[in-house]
Amino acid sequence: MSAENKYAVELKGVSFQRGDRAIFNNVDIRIPRGKVTAIMGPSGCGKTTLLRLIGAQLKPSRGEVWVNGLNLPKLSRAELFDMRKQMGVLFQSGALFTDLDVFENVAFPLRVHTQLPDEMIRDIVLMKLQAVGLRGALDLMPDELSGGMKRRVALARAIALDPQILMYDEPFVGQDPIAMGVLVRLIRLLNDALGITSIVVSHDLAETASIADYLYVVGDTQVLGQGTPEELMNSENPRVRQFMQGTPDGPVPFHFPAANYRDDLLGER
Amino acid sequence: MRKTSTLERVRLFGRAGLDVLATLGRSTVFLLRALFGRGSSGNSLQLLIKQLYSVGVMSLAIIVVSGVFIGMVLSLQGFSILAKYGSEQAVGQMVALTLLRELGPVVTALLFAGRAGSALTAEIGNMKSTEQLSSLAMIGVDPLKYIVAPRLWAGFISMPLLAMIFSVVGIWGGAMVAVDWLGVYEGSFWANMQSSVAFREDVLNGVIKSLVFAFVVTWIAVFQGYDCEPTSEGISRATTRTVVYASLAVLGLDFILTALMFGDF
Repeated sequence: MSAENKYAVELKGVSFQRGDRAIFNNVDIRIPRGKVTAIMGPSGCGKTTLLRLIGAQLKPSRGEVWVNGLNLPKLSRAELFDMRKQMGVLFQSGALFTDLDVFENVAFPLRVHTQLPDEMIRDIVLMKLQAVGLRGALDLMPDELSGGMKRRVALARAIALDPQILMYDEPFVGQDPIAMGVLVRLIRLLNDALGITSIVVSHDLAETASIADYLYVVGDTQVLGQGTPEELMNSENPRVRQFMQGTPDGPVPFHFPAANYRDDLLGER
Repeated sequence: MRKTSTLERVRLFGRAGLDVLATLGRSTVFLLRALFGRGSSGNSLQLLIKQLYSVGVMSLAIIVVSGVFIGMVLSLQGFSILAKYGSEQAVGQMVALTLLRELGPVVTALLFAGRAGSALTAEIGNMKSTEQLSSLAMIGVDPLKYIVAPRLWAGFISMPLLAMIFSVVGIWGGAMVAVDWLGVYEGSFWANMQSSVAFREDVLNGVIKSLVFAFVVTWIAVFQGYDCEPTSEGISRATTRTVVYASLAVLGLDFILTALMFGDF
């Protein structure tokens, strides 16, 4: 298998800045095709930014982002929208269209990108909803769904066009244990059944490590570590170890950088 | 509190100027992409009809009620002034010219900015904060074509029509007060109006004004929603900006257009 085929997504020397603050500095990440790859790291380290770079919603200040053999920063706006048909994204909030019911939300990508007859669209939508266990909710509006159900409907919509790459932005945040268990199972199941490449951005260690084939730990503008969950659990890198073991003491500070505490309290106001 | 030096003030002033220019540039690119960018938005006609209903038809009530009352007030005020000079028969012509040339387009634009403009900003801003715009983009649908363009066209089409309806019901309200209540002779009320209102000079210029206002108000409303900070506070600030900027733009442009159309230069 050639390198191009082996990796669905490749970030080469990517840097990204927001204002004066560097989010990533010369980062290299390779996402193997057909596997579940997790990108982990503490809150605010730029994990969602990384997903937006892969989805070309943001342009890197430097470097290349290759998806299925296409260098995204070089594509035109029309080519980008065309390329995104190969991708599905599960947003943190679900991002369902609030003026459409569950059925129409899932049918939306099929209606805008295909010329399929209504009967076939109906069958596909029912199959996708069946896959996430919500075929019975097809008439409900998004505001009638719980948070976990919204995410499952969004997942059905994300797989409506059978994408090659599926990205999950913090899929486990705010989920009750049952919903979380369902999501964990679904991500693994969809990946294996559909043969897609899954990228999970999360800071929920146990759930993510249980389904990921490969892990990247990012933080401090860099990739701090990468490997299988077992390899990272036994990492020599103290930053990676602190994150993987969830210990409060270590190289990642509890306090945001600030002036001297005593000077702040007693200094000039 | 930190004191600001003169040099710092100059720097902040320059920074603000550059920010304004950057926003103008962004909003122009946004408008051109939405109106003329490539890419399909699915069933465009269906999207446009839906927006014409929510932007235009839903604004009808406020436009009709305001139009009737403004026509009635104009008639009352006009009658009391003109009666002093024995010219109360000219009240029809005064009401019609005031509504067609000025109040129809201007008040409709101001009401439209408050009713439909603020709703457009809040709706698009909310779509942005709930990641619906990002989600559309990731499905491979350009939000500028699917969300913004139908709303822009709906504003461009519906506001001139609303301004015409405003003027018509205003004249009707004026006639009701002048003819039915104040006893102005009906024949002279309508005949004076017919002889003094010119189609090109008055009606067409009024329509041109409302077309310009429609363009500016809708552009400001959709851009503020699309460009807002995706938080509750950001959406509320953007909605306020829409009403303030659109109202000021309408009043400023009205002066320029009036000077160009009716000024003797």
